[in-house]
Amino acid sequence: MTPRQSAAEQLGLFRMMVRIRAFENAAEAASQGGVSAYGQQAGASAKVRGPLHLSTGQEAVPAGVCAHLRASDYLTSTHRGHGHTLAKGADLTRMMCELFGKATGFNGGKGGSMHIADFSVGMLGANGVVAAGLPIAVGAAHAQKIRKATPGDNVAGDAITVCFFGDGAINRGPFLEALNWARVYALPVLFVCEDNRWSATTASGPMTAGDGASARAAALDIASVQVDGNDVVAVHAAARRLVDEVRAGHGPRLLHALTYRVKGHVSVDPAAYRDPQAHAAALESDPIALARAQCVAGGVPAEALDAAERDAEAEVAAALAAADAAPWPSAQDAFADVQTTGAGQWI
Amino acid sequence: MDLSTPSADAAARPTTTVAQMTYAQAAALAVQRAMEADPAVVVLGEDVGRGGIFGQYAGLQQRFGAQRVIDTPISEAAIMGAGVGMALAGLRPVVEMRVVDFALCGMDELVNQAAKNRFMFGGQGRVPLVARMPGGIWDASAAQHSQSLEAWFAHLPGLVVVSPSTPQDNYSLLRAALACGDPVAYIEHKSLWGSSGPVDESLVVPLGKAATLRHGDALTLVSWGRQLQACATACDALAASGIGVELIDLRTIWPWDRDTVLAACARTGALLVVHEAVQAAGFGAEIAASAAEATGCRVARLGAPRIPVGYAPVLEAQSRIEAPAIEAAARRLLERAAQPR
Repeated sequence: MTPRQSAAEQLGLFRMMVRIRAFENAAEAASQGGVSAYGQQAGASAKVRGPLHLSTGQEAVPAGVCAHLRASDYLTSTHRGHGHTLAKGADLTRMMCELFGKATGFNGGKGGSMHIADFSVGMLGANGVVAAGLPIAVGAAHAQKIRKATPGDNVAGDAITVCFFGDGAINRGPFLEALNWARVYALPVLFVCEDNRWSATTASGPMTAGDGASARAAALDIASVQVDGNDVVAVHAAARRLVDEVRAGHGPRLLHALTYRVKGHVSVDPAAYRDPQAHAAALESDPIALARAQCVAGGVPAEALDAAERDAEAEVAAALAAADAAPWPSAQDAFADVQTTGAGQWI
Repeated sequence: MDLSTPSADAAARPTTTVAQMTYAQAAALAVQRAMEADPAVVVLGEDVGRGGIFGQYAGLQQRFGAQRVIDTPISEAAIMGAGVGMALAGLRPVVEMRVVDFALCGMDELVNQAAKNRFMFGGQGRVPLVARMPGGIWDASAAQHSQSLEAWFAHLPGLVVVSPSTPQDNYSLLRAALACGDPVAYIEHKSLWGSSGPVDESLVVPLGKAATLRHGDALTLVSWGRQLQACATACDALAASGIGVELIDLRTIWPWDRDTVLAACARTGALLVVHEAVQAAGFGAEIAASAAEATGCRVARLGAPRIPVGYAPVLEAQSRIEAPAIEAAARRLLERAAQPR
């Protein structure tokens, strides 16, 4: 198959994917012993504490989708949001600092992995609640539509919102409410279902009636595309068409990306509940290995791919060192940015 | 539109206009003035285009168009959640929940999203959202249309909680809520929409400031919302016995006006808090405990029994706090206060 991307585009996608992978591998290692769950007891030594949800194996989806976005576009994410955040253009070191709970993190140590956000690049936040990003995304898109029609407003005329969510989210009510809302008001929003087949530690299939996100979108008259979410070339091509349609004002679209969650629900979950044969088979379609082969076929020199991987490892190593050295927030910071009205009346 | 500063407030208008109007009309006027002053203010909710089911948005869609006064599907989670997204994207939404009981369908969006957004993202964003969620007993409307849930919202860091009792306060406090930049649980009373009174558009009522309605030395009586009417009747009866009551309308539930309430408690030595909400774990408990801790005054609470509001008149009446019960509670408290400790 002739790739529809230039060699430079392909290398860019590969570079983003290996940055996400390297970041999450490092975060995973730093999180061991950081949370009391799955028979493990948290200790004080872990640098990344609390639940850490990894998107290992899903890197092609954020890389392929976010390549079409700008800082003026908004994005809402999930509890599994490191890839979305990096792909939207956020700084890797500041994200690592946030996972370490340091004052130099995006949220000043107040959010951690589950609430990673970089509003400066339009990334409006990961979310600890499944499906919670969907209504927020349609609200942001609704505001974009209103502001585009407001004389004198400086919002970009073709700005859009992208909303990532998982296959588990489609069984929550806000999924229906948000898709209906987006279609009713013809909002500039692209819904992206990262269908990784798992709802926490339960397989999504037996818990889901019908044919999933794209079938439900069809019921609401929202055009959707189903794509191999581990094929970054396919994701990138499908997302380009959908993003263009949303930018052109044709209303909401949905991308249903079929992928696979390589790790457990959280980083300390060994995921022993999975069928070993099926798991081993799924690992065969690693999106980074596929992207490498596609790059080589597309004329990207192997040395450039090796260099991209080395660069990612070096960037992550530097981020770990920076996060380690960064200061903690002060105790007083716990009382900042709660609310303005009544600030100081804490009891 | 700059999220970091409150929108321009037109409250300090050059000409003072005082007009007689209803509680609902005062609210509509407050939203109208805010929308005139700031194109970022929008309204979204069920039936708002036709003026809202209580007339609290009357005329606004005709004046500002369907793009800014947005009729929505019956989707409380999406209404509240879209309000959060709109606020993050530069608007100042008025989110209509119809009644507080229905707002419960949008609780994740209010509690986990709106209230926590600013803190949990390290101050990167603000959520200037006013969620209007009328509360209280609405005659013959039974258990799912009659709740008083202000204590729930007062319990949540990040939220402002307001309960206006007069047309003037509904005008001025709604203006203040729309200007404050924080997410606000704005709890009008379902049975006050038709109540009438003067409204001075130039009158600024700050959030967090109680109103002292009567002065007296024997007892401090704190209440809010429609419950103040029965409290005033009880005060008349007590006054006839020579008992002077300091009657305070709290107006803002959070942040509540500790200075005004505690100063009155220190002076009178006795506090009775009366609210329409269930007494157990009600906000009266917080005020009573705070007053006892800070001033050593004697305290008493009076709220509804912990039963759902019933439909038949005799059942519904069991959840209402009427003036004779307030008067009796005040007299019991004063008897207790007269005893040596």
